[in-house]
Amino acid sequence: MPLDQSFVGRTYPPTPPYEVGREKIREFAEAIGDANPVYRDPDAARAYGHPDVIAPPTFGIVLSMTAGRQVIADPELGLDYTRVVHGEQRFTITRPIRAGDRLTVIVTVENIRSAAGNDMITTRGDVTTVDGEPVFTAYSTLVARGTAGG
Amino acid sequence: MPGSAKPRYDDVEVGSELPGQTFPVHRVNLVMYAGASGDFNPIHWNERFATAVGLPNVIAHGMFTMAEAARVLTDWVGDPGAIEEFGVRFSRPVVVPDDDRGATIEVTGTVAEKLDGNRVRVELVARSDGQAVLTRARAVLRLLP
Repeated sequence: MPLDQSFVGRTYPPTPPYEVGREKIREFAEAIGDANPVYRDPDAARAYGHPDVIAPPTFGIVLSMTAGRQVIADPELGLDYTRVVHGEQRFTITRPIRAGDRLTVIVTVENIRSAAGNDMITTRGDVTTVDGEPVFTAYSTLVARGTAGG
Repeated sequence: MPGSAKPRYDDVEVGSELPGQTFPVHRVNLVMYAGASGDFNPIHWNERFATAVGLPNVIAHGMFTMAEAARVLTDWVGDPGAIEEFGVRFSRPVVVPDDDRGATIEVTGTVAEKLDGNRVRVELVARSDGQAVLTRARAVLRLLP
């Protein structure tokens, strides 16, 4: 079943603030096996001019994927989540995420299409602090394998 | 690697190679990544589910592979805050069998373009089991002058 094209261009309300904690950053760094001290030690981060520990460049997915669920889990969209794999991901980063940030995500549906029998949806998550300072933008393309027929 | 001399824009040329790295992946790494990222899709930890939906076995989160690829960038540049842009296409899954060997992800990188503002565009290649698992893996980094 094709996805509902009327979702393209739809923008969702800002997500509730996500407070970035030092231990969450450390947990993420451990999970990717990265021993870099800038993810754990505030002094090491300050040596590079950051006010507190920063997060690895792909940490933003923790926020943007959760925010994107309000689109992809919407039954009206018609996405078969059991068939979904990640197709593409891109981050444009204004500044690194750091401990103490309170971040909110505004999700927009950028594109919906079918190719080679797969349904694809691209969402954009614009992430700012609760005070409106831009932090990063995440572009995610999800692919539902073999759901478009053909 | 942390601690080694950091690249400077003036010393880097198109074609300069970043130190490549090989990352082992075992099931425990995927369980840890699921917990840390909040992505509990069972295709990343449940073999019964993964094979039922047509996958050869449990596969790594694409974002796990992307995170490992990013380590080649951050270990090279020193300050992870120097990454301005990073994008990938997930071309093939990294299949992670439940054995002592697991899987490996091999990542290499090359400076593809020198941009203004002491920035460079880097292209990465990530392979697992002899196949490219990321394509169009590109990053823009800000270097010291």
